[in-house]
Amino acid sequence: MIAHFSQIATIFLMVAGLYVVIARGNMVKKLIGLSLFQTSVYLLYILPGKLLGGTAPILDAGHAVYANPLPHVLILTAIVVGIATLALGLTLVVRIKEAYGTIEEDEIIAKDMPKARSTPARGAKSA
Amino acid sequence: MIAPHLPILLIVVPLLGAVLAALSRHPFAAWAIALLASAATAAIAIALLFRVQAEGVISYRIGGWAPELGIEYRVDAFNAFIVVLVGIVAVVTMLYARRSVVAEIIPERIAWFYTMMLLCIAGLLGIAVTGDAFNAFIFLEISSLATYTLIALGRDRRALVAAYQYLIVGTIGATFYVIGVGLIYLSTGTLNLGLIVERLAGTEGSRALIVAEAFIAVGICLKLALFPLHAWLPNAYAYAPSAATTLLASTATKVALYLLARFLFTVFGGHVDVGQIPIGSILIVLSVAAMFIPSAAAIFQNDVKRILAFSSVGQIGYITLGLALANPTGLTGGLLHLFNHALMKGAAFMAIGAIVFRAGTAKLDELSGIGRTMPWTTAALTIAGLGLIGVPGTSGFVSKYYLILGALEAGLGWLAILIVASSVLAVLYVGRIVEVVWFREPAAAARASREAPLELLVPMWILAGATIWFGLDAEWPAGLAAAAANSLLGVAP
Repeated sequence: MIAHFSQIATIFLMVAGLYVVIARGNMVKKLIGLSLFQTSVYLLYILPGKLLGGTAPILDAGHAVYANPLPHVLILTAIVVGIATLALGLTLVVRIKEAYGTIEEDEIIAKDMPKARSTPARGAKSA
Repeated sequence: MIAPHLPILLIVVPLLGAVLAALSRHPFAAWAIALLASAATAAIAIALLFRVQAEGVISYRIGGWAPELGIEYRVDAFNAFIVVLVGIVAVVTMLYARRSVVAEIIPERIAWFYTMMLLCIAGLLGIAVTGDAFNAFIFLEISSLATYTLIALGRDRRALVAAYQYLIVGTIGATFYVIGVGLIYLSTGTLNLGLIVERLAGTEGSRALIVAEAFIAVGICLKLALFPLHAWLPNAYAYAPSAATTLLASTATKVALYLLARFLFTVFGGHVDVGQIPIGSILIVLSVAAMFIPSAAAIFQNDVKRILAFSSVGQIGYITLGLALANPTGLTGGLLHLFNHALMKGAAFMAIGAIVFRAGTAKLDELSGIGRTMPWTTAALTIAGLGLIGVPGTSGFVSKYYLILGALEAGLGWLAILIVASSVLAVLYVGRIVEVVWFREPAAAARASREAPLELLVPMWILAGATIWFGLDAEWPAGLAAAAANSLLGVAP
């Protein structure tokens, strides 16, 4: 169980992030969930790359065992991609707030559908 | 001197163009740079196609590193086909963009619009030529981030929400893809697609690989909007600026389809089911559902852009059906439909863009009789619509014919009947458009508009003309598609 602790943590983050994306209507919270989800992937790559007793990959006479640097490099790139996505997402949320005055998904949908709102049956259901 | 570096130039040229367009800050200069860069890209793509046809697979090692250490770009008959398609569509879209963008986007943002178009093209071409699974993810995100921005540049405030929703769904899709790639990397120790194939042979039946395949397939299917993962697409296409919609509808989903085919066939060997997942059968079921349900939804839309967007989801079903059949004829049909659909949908979205340009609306009930005042535009829309139905004489017929032959070859006669039956739905939604725009009394919007300017008509008719030309003489695209299908089904990656 303890041996698999890192994998369990990764999977927990993955599922938790995805859950937040699906379950929350607040657009900023959705983005937080998305970031959590992406972060879990960083762990998925980095954790198996760690070698107990290994050093950084530097050519040195004193060290023979070193960890694979490739996962770190890949994830560095993925982090940059994640930052870009988050930044763009937050920018869109700012623009949406300016255009709609709210960042709650259900309110935005209601604002764009005046017909659906005026129908009493629909309104009763959503309330 | 340049010739050996063509694969990398394919990406460097639009990237450099994007930087220049952003620096220029001037609407016309940015357009000229974008046109030049995409024309150069298309020329490089065609040169690559000829080289592949003459010499076989091109392998390009970035920085001279061996595939085990560095990134390898690999161009075979399948990539070259996709790259040429993206290149040609990019040039035609740029020709179209100048007038349409001036009408739809605030002047200060025009230069940024072209920057994003070029970044999107660079990303799409990158996905197509790279032979490295993680590199494909980076390019996927480059093109996706550019796409979200392009959609958000639309005039309507709903464009922002559409872009946001696409960002959420697209990022989940891309992250699923990386999870899958990570699991493959853990099992094989390499990211190079060719090396993965070699090393997978030793790790057959591993559970990690089944999970990896599931993650990758679902992730890419989100990007290519396979039914029922298509929810982001109709809004994104409907509210993006016309030029952006044309580019996205013709290329973005097609490149995602390429990536799916690449993984299903060369990496996992789609004709042999990996482990417990009968992926071919699942794909057939989803494709058939895509052929019927979104097409039926298209019939009930009022916005012409949304009709065409739902029809895109439906047409993607035919392409994935070709992949699922996995025999040479069916796969040729699927890939040919990928090519033809890019041209037809490009023409259709350009036509409706021109109608929006003149009449200011894409709502079907306001467009009655627009065919009398904008005959050429409406004719192009009609031809594209006939192609979507698959009327003989248009390219849509040829690809559906191949698909039906492929279904019969696979012993699935009922599937051939379903392909024909689903075309009836296309008849309904195209028929609705045709009836309103040609046979009704002109409404206010139609009376107020006149024929679209030549700058919009020429690129539109290049694509509409290609729809007819490749319907009458399908030898060239069918040859390319057959070569691509053979390279996919062949043993060598």
